[in-house]
Amino acid sequence: MNNILVLPMLLPIVVGVLLIFLRTYGRIQAWISIAAMVVTAGTSIYLLHTVQADGILRLDFGGWEPPFGILFVADSFSVLLVLTASIVTAVCLSYALISTSKELQTMYFYPTVLFLAAGVNGSFLTGDLFNLFVCFEVMLLSSYVLLTLGNSKRQLREAIKYVSINIVSSWFFLVALAYLYGTLGTLNMAHAAERVAEVGQTPLLTTISLVFLVVFSLKAGLLLYFWLPGSYSSPPIVTSALFGALLTKVGVYALFRIFSLIFYHQPEITHTIIGIMAGLTLIGGSLGAIAFNDIRSIAAYNVVIAVGFMLVGLAIATPEAIEGSIYYLIHDMVAKALLFLLVGTMITLSGSSKMAGMSGLMKNYPLLGWSFFIAMLSLAGIPPLSGFIGKVLISSAAIDSGSYVLLALALLSSIFVLYSLLRIFKNCFWGETIVSKEEQLPLRRGVLLPCLALVVLTIGIGLGVEGLSLYVTDAAETLLNPSTYINAVLGIIQ
Amino acid sequence: MESLIIILVGVLTTVAIYLVLSKNVVRVILGTAILSHAVHLLILAMGGLKQGTVPLLGEEAEIYVDALPQALILTAIVISFAVTAFILVLAYRAYQELETDNLGAMRGSDDE
Repeated sequence: MNNILVLPMLLPIVVGVLLIFLRTYGRIQAWISIAAMVVTAGTSIYLLHTVQADGILRLDFGGWEPPFGILFVADSFSVLLVLTASIVTAVCLSYALISTSKELQTMYFYPTVLFLAAGVNGSFLTGDLFNLFVCFEVMLLSSYVLLTLGNSKRQLREAIKYVSINIVSSWFFLVALAYLYGTLGTLNMAHAAERVAEVGQTPLLTTISLVFLVVFSLKAGLLLYFWLPGSYSSPPIVTSALFGALLTKVGVYALFRIFSLIFYHQPEITHTIIGIMAGLTLIGGSLGAIAFNDIRSIAAYNVVIAVGFMLVGLAIATPEAIEGSIYYLIHDMVAKALLFLLVGTMITLSGSSKMAGMSGLMKNYPLLGWSFFIAMLSLAGIPPLSGFIGKVLISSAAIDSGSYVLLALALLSSIFVLYSLLRIFKNCFWGETIVSKEEQLPLRRGVLLPCLALVVLTIGIGLGVEGLSLYVTDAAETLLNPSTYINAVLGIIQ
Repeated sequence: MESLIIILVGVLTTVAIYLVLSKNVVRVILGTAILSHAVHLLILAMGGLKQGTVPLLGEEAEIYVDALPQALILTAIVISFAVTAFILVLAYRAYQELETDNLGAMRGSDDE
């Protein structure tokens, strides 16, 4: 009865294929794809409750029992992320329905987004490293297409760089997989974890783990984020929002999974390196966020800062820190989508992505202004919004474990986040109104609804932490006790 | 035999990296294609070369070869085929729009 586990990946693919045949009907495609993502979200809520009641679920494809076959594994961590990703995708799709051009909508935009969601959900759920590679590729190929849809010169230019860098990182992934298979003779995550625990993490295995670190750092934008700002600030805004909310988070998820399940025996090497990389990411991201006048670049650098912040939690690796990172991961998916959608709306309204090109928007569009204000507070980690709990937990864990440098960097980066967004708020929303009430572009009807939905979500997560804590605590416990995961996968089914 | 293959993998990777680092888009794409060949050979070598008969029922052999690396390579080949096809089309479109195939000229600035 675990077959439902395949739905978060299968449903978007099947619906996406069907939508290809409805190419000319933009609105119908939009509604069907939103419905598909809502059903996926509903499924993951059901899965979340089942995981609480019955423990970790697994689905062996074709009845091949692990470690021989490919399988999907659902623990609280992965299902929480599937749930958040599905909700955020649904919201972004509804923004696309309201705001994007008809041309984009009929050029296979919706099917591609669904394929992207399938890849993301598959990456979260899979229990096999090679299958993780395949799901990554499903996600990446869709992201290549999304990045080039829109066909502006800048997009094509950035797409070549993005595709090339991702081909190279996929190559590293295959190299790491080959070495791991050569050493351990298995690619099943639980089986690999068991074998590493048996033979001990030899220097060879630690080296392989560092190759994995390079791969996932490239995907997550941990230190190796040089490709990120350019490619996240060139496509249509819905695409940027999806990228900012989902793509880097998959890399972060993979880092958490690999370094808590398989390669956790040599933390003085691997976790120290992750800590250093996270610290440098925080510094680089902060500098980037205050260096630009283009509001999309500022938003893109905020993605980088958040990645660094989450990985601080993994570097510390106490239960509290991991819990904090999970909260922050969930928060960041929602808040980054919100930030990008708001920034996109601002650009549409003012016709410029430079801060100099807009001023006094608060007078013309108060609702937009206050939504941006809430997004800013949430990203900076002001209570009672969703960013607060993650920051508190990670900070207090950093104090407990004596990682004062990381603590200082993490808190300073929050100030930089606040400063970079306050700059946008002050320059674009306050100040003299440069367009009069008569001349202002009307806000397209309903365009703020998706943004408001995300605002409600970020407030809701902040206020409803109590309700979430059950799941997050369970997720952190599973991450810190790999034996739970291994037993659930390698044990005999029911 | 494995050692020979590993040396071949090294040579292919060297060639590929040389190509990837050049400024011409088409050379970069050829470089990525050779990179993927190199890693496929690496996976093959990691599984061990020709140690037994084909893994089929009825072969009645002492040892069978490990079939998993082949399955992995097959999947990887399909994916790299799709990605290479995509980036070739992308490079052509970019050449039409930007009128250059020089990556140095594609750096661009944010002011456009």
